[in-house]
Amino acid sequence: MSEATKRQRETRAPVLTARNVVRRFGGLVAVNDVSFDVKAGEILGLIGPNGAGKTTMFDLLAGSILPTSGEILVNGTPVSGEAAHLRIGRGLGRTFQIPRPLPNLTLIENIMLAAQGQTGEKLLANFVTPWRVAAQERAARAKALELLQLVTLTHLAHEPARVLSGGQRKLLELARVMMADPAIILLDEPAAGVNATLLEVIIDRIRDINARGITFLLIEHNIDMVTRLCHRVLVMASGQLLSEGTAEEVARDPRVIEAYLGGAV
Amino acid sequence: MDLLGYGAFFLTTALIFSLVTLGLNLQWGLTGLFNVGLAGFVAIGAYTSALLTTPDDAARLGGFGLPILVGWLGAMVVGGIAAALTGMATLRLRSDYLAITTFGVAVVVQLVALNAQKLTGGPFGIGFIPRPFGSLAETPLLFNLSNLAVVSVVTLIAYLALEHLSRSPWGRVLKALREDERAAISLGKSARFYRVQAFAVGGAIMALAGALQAHFTGFIAPDNYLPILTFQVWVMLIVGGSGSNLGAVIGSILVWAIWAGSGTLTSILFPPEQQARAAALQIAAIGVMLCVILLIRPNGLFGDRPRRRRFSKRAKIAAGESSSGS
Repeated sequence: MSEATKRQRETRAPVLTARNVVRRFGGLVAVNDVSFDVKAGEILGLIGPNGAGKTTMFDLLAGSILPTSGEILVNGTPVSGEAAHLRIGRGLGRTFQIPRPLPNLTLIENIMLAAQGQTGEKLLANFVTPWRVAAQERAARAKALELLQLVTLTHLAHEPARVLSGGQRKLLELARVMMADPAIILLDEPAAGVNATLLEVIIDRIRDINARGITFLLIEHNIDMVTRLCHRVLVMASGQLLSEGTAEEVARDPRVIEAYLGGAV
Repeated sequence: MDLLGYGAFFLTTALIFSLVTLGLNLQWGLTGLFNVGLAGFVAIGAYTSALLTTPDDAARLGGFGLPILVGWLGAMVVGGIAAALTGMATLRLRSDYLAITTFGVAVVVQLVALNAQKLTGGPFGIGFIPRPFGSLAETPLLFNLSNLAVVSVVTLIAYLALEHLSRSPWGRVLKALREDERAAISLGKSARFYRVQAFAVGGAIMALAGALQAHFTGFIAPDNYLPILTFQVWVMLIVGGSGSNLGAVIGSILVWAIWAGSGTLTSILFPPEQQARAAALQIAAIGVMLCVILLIRPNGLFGDRPRRRRFSKRAKIAAGESSSGS
């Protein structure tokens, strides 16, 4: 990456912001006063040893749990108190560590479900304005097919999602979340349980999608993947932000080495 | 002639059951809501319509002597509201806990029907419910056929509307909630909002069925709405294939045929003093049939979840085993 593009990336507005976020579970402080920005267009990695609080942080950002204190902003709008299902409408999409396809719906139905603002999701609209519903469905189907092509699953479009392998499920989730036109996608361990060949496909797709201007925040244990993909990396340990920088920079940080290899942090 | 008349009578009852099963299919087959209190919503519909349409009665509230159609619409509205309230009260409950709660609702409704004499006529029930085509009652065949026509039209409309809905984006959201609620939420669907809707629409359809039945027989009593009704409808849905509207209709007709048939059979085979005991054989007959169907076709006759074994073989080839990950 040239210095110019790096500087450019740094000056962009944040898509997602965590501001002094704290989350307690009883006596345990799983996330302790964490603040960071995810800037438009970057791929940001979040790494850390087991128990560092990454998954809790992820759930807080995705809205599945609420912070004890602090704020989360999507495109500058505070969303901390909002229900999880409103987040994608704000431009924040997510995937799951263990993918969650809808097993008995076809791949294309899985993806079409993610379309936002569908008139046909209102009960009465299906009887009052069926032509409008049908037109939207046609458009959604065409877009879903394009996305299936992007993730190389076109040949399975009309199969139920339960036939997919673990890696294919991750690709389906990626296509599905893309359907909602998010500004940022949170990826929870995209490499976990994926074979080497398919992992390359996933890395390529993330790059392609990022090139379209979509921001990524990914939690990952696979350091090789993080090094290859992420422009910037955050390291968490014991619920706190430990270090920040490029993959090479954080790898040299003695605090990071200590956190990974053990010892009192 | 007699046989034709009985056939019409039989089909009318079976189609009214179909309507209840269609309502349950929306809740369970599509959305995955475990409602084992459906008898309560059928009862609410029956009593609402009876109160609205019967002539004034000094012994209890109403009746209001309104047209039958108003009674049916009223039943749907009240049944829908009752179901929506149940849905809201149970938003945080899943599967088994939801089942216990809905069962409780049905028991409460039945006990109210039994004890709130001023409202429901108590154990004596409500009689003189106006019957559509009541003037034809002199000629039973014509009367039965016209009833069948009305019930068929109502069931057909409900069937077509539900078919349309289950293929719509709205139905897709319900299916998504059935499959994986967290995934659906992450894609922007409010699980709560849709659960309440599925409860309300399903409850309204069940209530309409209750109302139809009340006007068809002209008399209702709390005993019509015991948990056995819930059991029958569940069997109908499982046999027909949960998730399929066509299955709900066919399953209802089939199970009702076996139920009515085994009833006739026991009344022929057993002496009168043993009749009450022999009636238990009906439940046994249904149980055996249920086992047989589940062994032969685990997803019911028309289940929308494709049979696993045959499917996965073809699909696995398509998926290309070689490129599969973990």
